[in-house]
Amino acid sequence: MEVFLHYLKSFTLWELFKGLSLTGRRFIDKKVTIQYPEEKTPQSPRFRGLHALRRYSNGEERCIACKLCEAVCPALAITIESEVRDDGTRRTSKYEIDLTKCIFCGFCEESCPVDSIVETRHFEYHGEKRGDLLMTKEKLLANAERFEEQIAADRESESRYR
Amino acid sequence: MPEGILTITIIVIKILAIMLPLMAAVAYTTLVERKVIGYMQLRIGPNRVGLKGLLQPIADALKLMCKEFIIPTGSSRFLFLLAPVLALGPALAAWAVIPFGSEMVLADINAGLLYVLALTSLGVYGIIIAGWASNSKYAFLGAMRSAAQIVSYEIAMGFSLVGVLVAAGSLNLGDIIEAQRGSLGILNWFWLPLLPLFFIYFISGVAETNRAPFDVSEGESEIVAGFHVEYAGMAFALFFLAEYANMILISALTAVLFMGGWLSPVSWVPDGIHWFFAKTGFFLFLFLWFRATFPRYRYDQIMRLGWKIFLPITIVWVMVVAAMVVWKIPPWFSS
Repeated sequence: MEVFLHYLKSFTLWELFKGLSLTGRRFIDKKVTIQYPEEKTPQSPRFRGLHALRRYSNGEERCIACKLCEAVCPALAITIESEVRDDGTRRTSKYEIDLTKCIFCGFCEESCPVDSIVETRHFEYHGEKRGDLLMTKEKLLANAERFEEQIAADRESESRYR
Repeated sequence: MPEGILTITIIVIKILAIMLPLMAAVAYTTLVERKVIGYMQLRIGPNRVGLKGLLQPIADALKLMCKEFIIPTGSSRFLFLLAPVLALGPALAAWAVIPFGSEMVLADINAGLLYVLALTSLGVYGIIIAGWASNSKYAFLGAMRSAAQIVSYEIAMGFSLVGVLVAAGSLNLGDIIEAQRGSLGILNWFWLPLLPLFFIYFISGVAETNRAPFDVSEGESEIVAGFHVEYAGMAFALFFLAEYANMILISALTAVLFMGGWLSPVSWVPDGIHWFFAKTGFFLFLFLWFRATFPRYRYDQIMRLGWKIFLPITIVWVMVVAAMVVWKIPPWFSS
């Protein structure tokens, strides 16, 4: 009987028709494609995109050159040099992230004790010549200026979980 | 000889009238294929070039024409250039005997079925020569697989055609269609009395054209792209054209041999060329549907299917058909 059923199944192409009916159903189903430049997927407030180096609202740099981010960075993408300022506080003289090395893991953001280095939701950027993707301190500070509103709002909405 | 020139001119015009729409059909089959497979994978396929992606094939053709044509140093130059022509030539030439409507056929020859069988078999030379002339092991492996596969399925295909021949009593494709005419419309066509042969013919056709799930000659994951791995630009495009022209040819042949060609499926609707195109389109869609559904056969499974399953079934069913014809089983063979 088993053998007979097996033959019946093979000769009626049962499995093949089953497969065809599946793809046939999918053929008329609603499509899930998102037309990227015109449509975008929803973004999490924790999205890890382009980095930014934030300031306090009085304009003072947050970063105290503790170098935790440099130490935790698994891709060794962060380079920091520090100096003592005239008022006796320690600040960075050089803060660079090489985006060609960065793997966007978010460890730098997590390790930062003063919420200075953050990853913004911005991800549509590009470099056109060598060095464009080496984010210097100036560029990082400029990023923060550009996205501060969004960054602050995202920090606010996620503060319950941190 | 103005009369001779006139005849030749008319024939050339007829050839163009078949060739140009066929080339357009081939180009748009590539677009339809990408669209259909996309839809079956819940994507929407190409839609950027032109309105809804309708200019995509033209963009593809332009790209291929602009590409560099590379002849590998180790290749056999003459054969390397000859192979794409040999692949495309038979695929186009076979269209000469396809009857589009009751009077619309380029060459109404009596041995039409034999002519088709001969020309579809010739296509394998293009593939074999391409694989050999490339002087590349992947191309060679692809060519060997493809040759063995095509030769194997040729036999099952030939026997299916014998069934059609016995049922229709003629080798002329127009007469084969006429033999399917009857008051029951769709039930009079040969697909019903020749059902196993119909399935086997179409599946063998898929195997003949090296389409999924029988595309071991390309086998991207195993042998890169098979026989055409060394080809670029327009030479590659010719193989592509040949493959799609063959697909359309097999669809048209299936429509003619088993689905009554230009006959209308119900008796109260008039016959016409549109029925032929609708049936061909349906079978062409099946090709794409198969490709979106079935995983590639393993090589030994292909051989098993061809030799140990299709061949015996066709032989048995040819005898059944012969018996039906002898005893004049209605409604197909009563007259």
